[in-house]
Amino acid sequence: MLLIHCPYCEEERPEIEFANAGEAHIARPSDMDGLSDQAFEEFFFIRSNPKGLHYERWRHIHGCARFFNALRDTVTDRFVATYKTGEPKPDIAAEGKDQ
Amino acid sequence: MSGANRLAGAGRLVPARTARFSFDGESLTGLEGDTLASALLANGIHLVGRSFKYHRPRGILSAGPEEPNALVGIKRDSARYTPNVRASVQEIYDGLQAVSQNRWPSLVFDVGALNDLASPFFSAGFYYKTFMWPKAAWKTIYEPNIRSAAGLGVSPSEPDPDSYSARYAHCDVLVVGGGVSGLSAALAAARTGARVILCDEQAQMGGALHFESGTQLDGTDGFSWAGEMARQLSAMDNVRVLNRTTAFGYFAQNMVGLVQRLSDHLAVPAPGRPRERLWQVRAGRVIIATGAIERPMVFVNNDKPGIMLASAARVFLNHYGVAVGRRVGVFTANDSAYAAAVDLKLAGIDIAAIVDARSAPQGPLIDKARVLGIEILTGHTVARTTGRLRVSSMTVAPIAGGSQRAIAVDALLMSSGWTPSVHLFSQSRGKVAWDEASDRFLPGNYAQDCVSVGACNGTDRLETSIAEASAAGAAMAEQSGHKSRGKMPRTKMETSESWGGGMLGAAPGAGVEAKGKAFVDFQNDVTAKDIRLAVREGMHSIEHVKRFTTNGMATDQGKTSNLHGLAIAAEALGREIPKVGLTTFRAPYTPVTFGALVNHSRGELFDTTRRTPMHNWHVGQGAVFEDVGNWKRAWYYPQPGEDMHQAVNRECRTVRESVGLFDATTLGKIEVVGPDAAKFMNLLYTNPWDKLGVGRCRYGIMLREDGFIYDDGVVGRLAEDRFHVTTTTGGAPRVLNHMEDYLQTEFPELKVWLTSTSEQWAVIAVQGPKAREIIAPLVDGIDLSNEAMPHMSVREGRICGVPTRLFRMSFTGECGYEINVPSDYGQAVWEAIWERGEPHGICAYGTETMHVLRAEKGYIIVGQDTDGTVSPLDAGLQWAIGKKKTDFVGMRGLKRADLVAGGRKQLVGLKTTDPKTVLEEGAQIVADPNQSVPMKMIGHVTSSYWSENCGHSIALALVENGFERTGETLHVPMPDTTLAVTVTGAVFIDEEGKRLHG
Repeated sequence: MLLIHCPYCEEERPEIEFANAGEAHIARPSDMDGLSDQAFEEFFFIRSNPKGLHYERWRHIHGCARFFNALRDTVTDRFVATYKTGEPKPDIAAEGKDQ
Repeated sequence: MSGANRLAGAGRLVPARTARFSFDGESLTGLEGDTLASALLANGIHLVGRSFKYHRPRGILSAGPEEPNALVGIKRDSARYTPNVRASVQEIYDGLQAVSQNRWPSLVFDVGALNDLASPFFSAGFYYKTFMWPKAAWKTIYEPNIRSAAGLGVSPSEPDPDSYSARYAHCDVLVVGGGVSGLSAALAAARTGARVILCDEQAQMGGALHFESGTQLDGTDGFSWAGEMARQLSAMDNVRVLNRTTAFGYFAQNMVGLVQRLSDHLAVPAPGRPRERLWQVRAGRVIIATGAIERPMVFVNNDKPGIMLASAARVFLNHYGVAVGRRVGVFTANDSAYAAAVDLKLAGIDIAAIVDARSAPQGPLIDKARVLGIEILTGHTVARTTGRLRVSSMTVAPIAGGSQRAIAVDALLMSSGWTPSVHLFSQSRGKVAWDEASDRFLPGNYAQDCVSVGACNGTDRLETSIAEASAAGAAMAEQSGHKSRGKMPRTKMETSESWGGGMLGAAPGAGVEAKGKAFVDFQNDVTAKDIRLAVREGMHSIEHVKRFTTNGMATDQGKTSNLHGLAIAAEALGREIPKVGLTTFRAPYTPVTFGALVNHSRGELFDTTRRTPMHNWHVGQGAVFEDVGNWKRAWYYPQPGEDMHQAVNRECRTVRESVGLFDATTLGKIEVVGPDAAKFMNLLYTNPWDKLGVGRCRYGIMLREDGFIYDDGVVGRLAEDRFHVTTTTGGAPRVLNHMEDYLQTEFPELKVWLTSTSEQWAVIAVQGPKAREIIAPLVDGIDLSNEAMPHMSVREGRICGVPTRLFRMSFTGECGYEINVPSDYGQAVWEAIWERGEPHGICAYGTETMHVLRAEKGYIIVGQDTDGTVSPLDAGLQWAIGKKKTDFVGMRGLKRADLVAGGRKQLVGLKTTDPKTVLEEGAQIVADPNQSVPMKMIGHVTSSYWSENCGHSIALALVENGFERTGETLHVPMPDTTLAVTVTGAVFIDEEGKRLHG
């Protein structure tokens, strides 16, 4: 079972307290009404689904209940970083080096 | 006497402490501390099972968890029967009953052994190639018969009466393995004050010291030293020592799963004592000290009872005081087998000969054997053995060629060297590396915070092992923040043990030219020939060879066979071993019971059961319940003599004619509060909320971003900044999650707070023309008149003296109320209303009646009449979409090309031509019943009931362009007939909604 660091609780907690919530950093367009079909497709349907480092959302649903972002390696399951909603993406290149 | 082969003065068991046990009904005597294997051998029993495929007689190969052959069923009573228990691991107790497996009618005479004679037809892949036609016969004839002929023990037929416990534990250092390395590491770590857990799968610590008679530590024999170390460790507050505990799985972030066996070795387990305990240990650091496993030699007929690993014979002799034979042969390519010969010889056992495949082995152990006068045949091989139910001779031959000689033996010990146990290391995702110098896989790159020490790390010399383990113990403790306190006292040691030498693959003489079976994997009956055949048939990767031959796929997971199989495949492929690759090690290391894994999650504790505050009342009324998610909901309330149909008809009639009471507590409830509450509701629901007055309610629809219906429910506005939102019963958690998601991540600027109140309110629906009359006298502070409190309004006040949120709303089409009271008062208020209603003929109605009544009104149930591809327009709910809104979740989705295109399935009503016929929910609908098969299906029935109030059946359906088809006749093909239906509107009763306002 993985341990996941909740950036709000500032604690590592077991995986069963968390729920994955899909890819991170996909902002809901503010001009929803006038959004083109292509822009809507990109927003709603298209996901990167990478093999390797993945920015994704998690929710500490059985803890503080906050959504936060994580950088996780989809091959090793290793969490490289977790950070609060609204904070910028950690730099993959910099994080990759200490592996 | 505990068996004729128990040697006086040998071993560590106490001769006076006997235990009676039985094997296949024969009553036998062993000693306390015996394993079933040692006790059987003491009684001269080598034949303990039949092999998987060929039903060949099999004996005991090992004295440990690697055992592939000696699998038995252990029976305590009719419910406590465990199949496939390794006799080498099971400790005996007074009254133990063991039975052999995979034989009929008896172990000695087994009809299935005909398979062995027919074996030329049973090579690897035989089943796949032979039973190909007819295809359908595989499932019904071939597979069941093959499975019953091949195989292991039978599962117990009764539920497991035992209990299992579970614990989470944290420690700085987990040490796996209580041999000399593990004990040294644990002590070094513990001396720093670090929290240490030491586990070992055996009853007593010591590992290889169980048999290494040549090792002296701190002036005492190795095994006593281990006992003393274990005592010292157990006495420390910061150390937990777990025996009979197997580390079976190494998971992410140093989570290691252990199973501790608590009562399988006890004659009379204390009542209530768990059988096993599952430990989930989160370790700061892990020290793997799992030792090594001896490999057999691969030669013809190497599987006869009486042929076993050399180290196993030493364990049986030195620990259990049991001689495995009276005239014992040895076949080896490795020094350590000489020690077995020496130990047995010194115990008075005749050693027929040591056959060594090496041409000129040298060393003190070899010299010692020579001095004792044991015949040593170097550069020789065992070409084959004879004997039916036990080995009776070995035929030895010079490898270089020359005459063969049969030597009579009643046991044959073998050793081709030691395989480091890298299972846990590999499970931790560490990468093993091939060590050219010693021909073995050793831990290479580590993926987690762990370290391997001793034999599992390829460290052969005792003093190096102790130094390595002590240093690792101290270092691991230090890394977890504990300073080492002074120098570790050095362990004084003396040893005459040697682990040098070894070989991989088939022994000389068991090559391609050999006749007969040289087994590699004993448990799955895989021979060297099978592996060569797999290569010839094109399997070039070891993963393919493994699956084609099933080598290493049995319950022992190839502990004794993997490397030999790999070496034989590599030879056949003409490639180096590391190029062919090693199969992956996976958890569990040894089989784990389902009981330990399922643990407390059985019966009532398997899943949450949610009951409403009025549950006991429903039970008292004889309600039949249905499961809705985790909830127990009253389904219908049959009166004496009524079946479900009659009960539901009565309930349906009563609600429309008089009044009914329904437990609606299970609805999800969310309190949406804050200055921006209305703004938030505007974004999350299709409806406009700004103009909803305080005290009014509205039916709300929630969409996903793609425009499809996600949930629905009635929402009441209690204040400018407070909404009482209801959700579907099953939808409550995901609706709250959906709301939180948008609030936290998309609209964080909104000042809104969300609180689940599902558990706080009990909800009593009072529905029917007499609803107001019945509750009025119980209500305080609320004017219930039509004028003051019309349909779709909400008031706060008191009922029966307790606070209430009183909703005037209806899911039946009748004038009705949903009375929310704090959960603790649910049953009391329910009973008060019931009492008031009895003179009026009130009934309680269940979910079935609720379904019928709402369908009569065409009210949808999300998840039944919608399926995640239905938009509000499809469901005829366009009136619920705020036309002037500029944004809500799903607004853009509704404009997608597919959602606005023609041909969408729309929700309509159906009436059957024969009013008595009730359609089947899920039935498909076609326009032309005479078209050829496969027909074009244009929709399906989503809800269908007999409507007592309408006097005919009613149905809702999703039908392509349904709204345009009103009046059209469609068809529902069923297996035996085709039913004609007429498309109608979705409302069957009171289309104008007059009754709601009554």
